[in-house]
Amino acid sequence: MIAPGEISVSVRDLTRRFGDFVAVNRLRFEVRKGEVFGFLGPNGAGKSTTIRMLCGLLAPTEGEATVAGFDVRTQAETVKKQIGYMSQRFSLYEDLTVEENIDFFGGIYRIPPGRKRGRKEWAIRMAGLSDHLRTRAAHLSGGWKQRLALGCAILHEPPVLFLDEPTSGTDPISRRSFWDLIYSLSGGGTTVFLTTHHMDEAEYCDRLGLVYRGELVAIGSPGELKAGVPREEIVDVRCERPQEAIEVLSLLPGVLGAALFGGGIHAAVERGRMTPAAIAEAIRSAGFPVERAEEIAPTLEDVFVSLVERRDRAAGPMAEVRG
Amino acid sequence: MNARRLLAVSRKEFLHVRRDPRSLGLGIAIPVVLLLLFGYVLTLDVDRVPLAIWDRSRTPESRELVSRFEGSRYFQVGLRAEGYPEVEEAIDDGRVLAALVIPEDFGGRVRSDRSSIVQFLLDASEANTATIALGYAETVVSGYSADLEVRWAQAKGLQGVRPPLDVRYRVWFNTDLESRNFIIPGLISVIMMIIAALLTSLTVAREWEQGTMEQLIATPVTAPELILGKLLPYFVIGMVDLAVAVAMGKYLFHVPMRGSLPLLFGIAAVFLVGALSLGMLFSVAARSQLPASQMAMAFTFLPAYLLSGFVFSIDSMPRVVRAVTYLVPSRYFVKVIKGIYLKGVGLGTLAVDTALLLIFGAAMVLAATRMFRKKLR
Repeated sequence: MIAPGEISVSVRDLTRRFGDFVAVNRLRFEVRKGEVFGFLGPNGAGKSTTIRMLCGLLAPTEGEATVAGFDVRTQAETVKKQIGYMSQRFSLYEDLTVEENIDFFGGIYRIPPGRKRGRKEWAIRMAGLSDHLRTRAAHLSGGWKQRLALGCAILHEPPVLFLDEPTSGTDPISRRSFWDLIYSLSGGGTTVFLTTHHMDEAEYCDRLGLVYRGELVAIGSPGELKAGVPREEIVDVRCERPQEAIEVLSLLPGVLGAALFGGGIHAAVERGRMTPAAIAEAIRSAGFPVERAEEIAPTLEDVFVSLVERRDRAAGPMAEVRG
Repeated sequence: MNARRLLAVSRKEFLHVRRDPRSLGLGIAIPVVLLLLFGYVLTLDVDRVPLAIWDRSRTPESRELVSRFEGSRYFQVGLRAEGYPEVEEAIDDGRVLAALVIPEDFGGRVRSDRSSIVQFLLDASEANTATIALGYAETVVSGYSADLEVRWAQAKGLQGVRPPLDVRYRVWFNTDLESRNFIIPGLISVIMMIIAALLTSLTVAREWEQGTMEQLIATPVTAPELILGKLLPYFVIGMVDLAVAVAMGKYLFHVPMRGSLPLLFGIAAVFLVGALSLGMLFSVAARSQLPASQMAMAFTFLPAYLLSGFVFSIDSMPRVVRAVTYLVPSRYFVKVIKGIYLKGVGLGTLAVDTALLLIFGAAMVLAATRMFRKKLR
């Protein structure tokens, strides 16, 4: 458990419905100060809805949440002073230049005149935008836009930063340098709460919450999550025609789930029920030449798929109807 | 409310306007074009009515009547006819609007001091113009008739005889009786209302549409800072429009300005804040540009044009419609602007109208601010 003084974001039974649709269903978790917390899940899992509620942009239907100690339902405007927010879609002013956008948010956040220059220069340097000051935001590429948006969101040194899909639509190099920025902010004590649907990116987070259909499926550090499937092992099967072989594989006794993964198949197998060699034999005899089958350390994706499938099995056909 | 935040919003909004030729054109060019169009086209004056004259009498008396028509600024003799077919043809093809036919015995009857009749034919397909032309003709004829009576009396040795009734009139406020002098001031108020509401109807809605509002409502900016900050640049545009319109009135249309220019600008500023905030209210409520601008058009153009009294007299409207006009803010500003322009009246006379405009302005600012929600739906 996290000590009360160390909590930056606290969420209790947070729920949001749009009509009959439950976008976020009774979420409950806490985020430590200075932590990089990732919200991982497929599109439509309720990640953005959650972030919007935490930023005071969307009223929760039920439940409660505090950010930097303030209630998002009753103190939304105070919360907004404590946070920096970067929405999923680029939402700065495209007809304004980089510098004009920064100046605008500097004015909005009432950065004291004495520190204004310093903060502005810091944001520009940090985001590496010095060569683009007079460029209109519309003419920036995806990566630069992201840096500008981040620069504007951290001008006022907020203790909590919410980033909704911050790296969607950027190239790998921009993404890498973006993560360097995140780490330096987190190192300076800023809590960073971000959403992503990139599994590889999720590995960079200190802790992760896995969300699926509006519900929190698991929470922990990437290491904890990967170690946290004790009753299963992941077997990597490389064979011919994996798209067809997966049908055979998933029907084998003890196989809890199987997913295409790169050029092969990852199967979640109940521990002790079937060895990799037995699986290879079964597939080979079904007419699919097997190159190799071996137990591997699970990736986050394996964890995610396994948890989601387990949940779907538990929820039964009703979940399909609801979804 | 914080001044720094408000100014940051204003500055940003000003940059949007400067970078967007469309809104700049809408703000400055359209008012000028409207004023030119309406100023030249919309005239209610009837003068130099084209007239045909068929003088069958050809006597000094008939010639004097003809010369009185020729001398009037309200008529222009376009045809000297010789017979009805010619007169009819001229009226049919619209070359003349009216015809004066003087009978053969006119000269003789006038000389022998018996009453005579002249015929005045009118094309009444334009009823309003025909009525006015008829009035002018009666004035010319009765003037001559009165002079004749005096002459007859004098010929009979009666000295000092004058027509029994004689109206001495002086025209106040619009001495030239030029409709342009009251249409232009009224027009300025109509244009200000429409343009102001249209301009601001786009601003908040555009931010919702483009997604920038989501970023903005995640900051500590407050509704009054945002609404008033956005208002400021459009207020400047509105006042520039007013200055351009007043200058055009003076130098292009030669509309005399009798009252205080600072007073006009002062009350116009109040009216402008109301009109801008009304547009803002639509923008806040609709959250998208098309419905917001349509609402702004629908709720400002027709009321400001038809029910403000800018050209259609409120006094002659049916009672129900007259009651509705009290809800049209333009009505009060039209009264103010006409009062200042034509009568040169001061704040004392315009106090009630100014107070109502103040209430309108304050109510609209308050409504737009209150309606604005820093929440997604």
